[in-house]
Amino acid sequence: MRALVIAAMLWAPMSLVHAVEPSEVLPDAALEERARDLSKGLRCLVCRNQSIDESDADLAKDLRVVVRERLVEGDSDDQVLDYVVARYGEYVLLKPRFSPLSAALWLGGPLLLLAGGLVAWRQVAARSATPAVAAPLTEAERARLRDLGVDPDA
Amino acid sequence: MIAELGHFALILAFAIAIAQSVIPLWGAHKGYAEPMRFAQTSAMMSFLLIGFSFAALTYAFVNSDFSLRVVYANSHSDKPYLFKIAGVWGNHEGSMLLWVLILALYGALVAAFGNNIPPALRARTLSVQAMIAVAFLAFILFTSNPFERMDPVPVDGTGLNPLLQDWALAAHPPFLYMGYVGLSMPFSFAVAALIEGRVDAAWARWVRPWTLLAWSTLTVGIALGSYWAYYELGWGGWWFWDPVENASFMPWLIAAALLHSAVVVEKRETLKSWTILLAIMAFSLSLLGTFIVRSGLLTSVHAFASDPERGVFILAILAIATGGSLALYAWRAPQMAPEGVFAPVSRESGLILNNLLLSVATAVVLIGTLYPLFVEALTDEKISVGPPFFDMGFSPLMIALLIAMPIGAALPWKRGDLPRVMKKLWTAAALSLAVGAIFAMWKSGGPLFAPLGIALAFWAIFGVIVDLGERVKIGRAPASESLRRLVRLPRAAWGQAMAHIGVGVCAFGIVGITAWATEDIRVAQKGDMIPLSGYDIRFDGVERMQGPNYRIDGGRFTVFRDGEQIAELLSEKRFYPVQRTQTTEAGIRASLVEDIYIVLGDRQDNGGWAVRSYVKPFANWIWLGALIMTLGGLLSLTDRRHRVGAPNRTKAPEPSVVPAE
Repeated sequence: MRALVIAAMLWAPMSLVHAVEPSEVLPDAALEERARDLSKGLRCLVCRNQSIDESDADLAKDLRVVVRERLVEGDSDDQVLDYVVARYGEYVLLKPRFSPLSAALWLGGPLLLLAGGLVAWRQVAARSATPAVAAPLTEAERARLRDLGVDPDA
Repeated sequence: MIAELGHFALILAFAIAIAQSVIPLWGAHKGYAEPMRFAQTSAMMSFLLIGFSFAALTYAFVNSDFSLRVVYANSHSDKPYLFKIAGVWGNHEGSMLLWVLILALYGALVAAFGNNIPPALRARTLSVQAMIAVAFLAFILFTSNPFERMDPVPVDGTGLNPLLQDWALAAHPPFLYMGYVGLSMPFSFAVAALIEGRVDAAWARWVRPWTLLAWSTLTVGIALGSYWAYYELGWGGWWFWDPVENASFMPWLIAAALLHSAVVVEKRETLKSWTILLAIMAFSLSLLGTFIVRSGLLTSVHAFASDPERGVFILAILAIATGGSLALYAWRAPQMAPEGVFAPVSRESGLILNNLLLSVATAVVLIGTLYPLFVEALTDEKISVGPPFFDMGFSPLMIALLIAMPIGAALPWKRGDLPRVMKKLWTAAALSLAVGAIFAMWKSGGPLFAPLGIALAFWAIFGVIVDLGERVKIGRAPASESLRRLVRLPRAAWGQAMAHIGVGVCAFGIVGITAWATEDIRVAQKGDMIPLSGYDIRFDGVERMQGPNYRIDGGRFTVFRDGEQIAELLSEKRFYPVQRTQTTEAGIRASLVEDIYIVLGDRQDNGGWAVRSYVKPFANWIWLGALIMTLGGLLSLTDRRHRVGAPNRTKAPEPSVVPAE
């Protein structure tokens, strides 16, 4: 059985990608669209990096059907997600919810932008504040100036 | 016998690389000309030896020599010729051999064409290159020998993964590696400069062409992969934020930042240490990419090796290369004083913003790619980070970049005047908003963001054109004068303009396909009509056909628009008996306005077939944009200043700075 699961994991993404079967499609177009949007955010648990919307694995199909059943029952999008997470865990969400565990993920980008922006701004400010300092004269240049009768230190 | 010679050549190349990583470095330190020159000879010899080794493996693949384990495991005598050759790099061992071949090619190019580079810098650079070669040749020889024999010799091979038997995917790795591995060049230059303790405008000018070449080929490689995914995986997706895609995308983003910051070093002698850091990061991310793909740590569609021993080996290379160069950087970089002075509103500041946005975007991708690993390693929890996260974290940064791009490019060096630049660019802004409005009327029903996105993409395109017009004083000078100025613009300026237009074109395609794609999924019987986005698609049934090494179920479709037939499409389901796998070849009618994309699914119990039809508006602009970017990069590469003799190097600093070790 375990070998089968591993084989499925290795081959699922390599095989034909079929995803949503015609038989699964809901007659209500608006509901179907919501189902598709939700499916794009749910992970196919036996695949690697595929949403259930993209995968033709049996488990993905089961999950697509579950999502549609909940929608037909009248669940809101969030209720559907809660329902799925309650059964399969946070792992099923391709966009993790904000939590202590995912805080660094969500805040990493904005904090870096802030910190980087600050550093960049300080650099720019420093560069624009510094007056253009000419390179100090070399000894040869100073001697030449003295020859010309100019005091290089004046 | 030939395989053994190939193996032997590889061992020789390994020995030479060891010598090359020591002797020229020592020569440069002592100021001895002869040991420095050795680098050129050895770089050439390495290339010839590794080239011979690669040819030997190719020979084995083409002649189906199944006594070699890699050939047995990745080829088959019935395979078409092209894919016998592509099979050489369609497996772990061969692709690593391609990796070092390209590394050696870059070394040989520096040896052959780097005559304008000072001997010491060239010797040090080639030494650093050789250190990378030592590491990867050791990796191949000790963990991934492609020339391993089998006994007894099997009758036939097990064949190449059918998904890889495709022209775009056959060409994908060589281009990708030209980019990945090409970033070793700026890395080696950066480390050599750190050893020398000197970075100046001339250095930036030598680094630029190599970065341009690497970035341009990486662009092609990524675009090929994306295009392949679009037509081969069967639902018209073109980017999945898959770890392996991210692995190639991160070096691309940093290389783009590096191209821009190197300009600042070259023109204004500023951002030196930052540029060095980017050069180190770009190649480190390449190594990280190699690690991700080769270790199978984050296995996905592309990864075809999963062997922890190899992963640990590459991880060690990554740690030593990155750690070592960063330590050197920490030691030396503080001595690199910036010289240029500029105002907060200036092209310098614009390029700093560019670098900030590209670097943070890279960081977002990096964090998202590695986060699940860290969470799993540090806690018992498992989380997923997928496309919705990346879309959300990445897009705002790209939007900011697109907004700023034409403004930054139009700003003058040192000190700019924002109102004046905006006055120049207002025509571009007005035109792009008008285009957005036209799209809002033409494509009603899409999401609200779409027309704005279109306007943004065109802002990038028109901004470049208006800026070019301003530069040649169009309308303010006689037409002949403008034309003369236009012709005289340096090729680097043309390259920049093209690359920026390419970004806009690519963004246009992305907005189009994201906003207005439509689809239909159904079970169709022969003769059924499928209406979709103004087209009527007739299903004409399925035929059984035979390919060179696969069987085909070919679905025939006729597409009508307003009752008139506009296309006949064949959508294939291929079955490869050797591997017992299926692939799809979507039937696509491609055009610049929209693709009609039909996929044949499974046969149903009632005799019908599952049929998925999609209309993908402006899809091809994505890859067209990438192509324009690449051409821009290559055009810039031919700029005069990269070809003519040595630029004047600033005077060497007095020994008071730090003696070079």
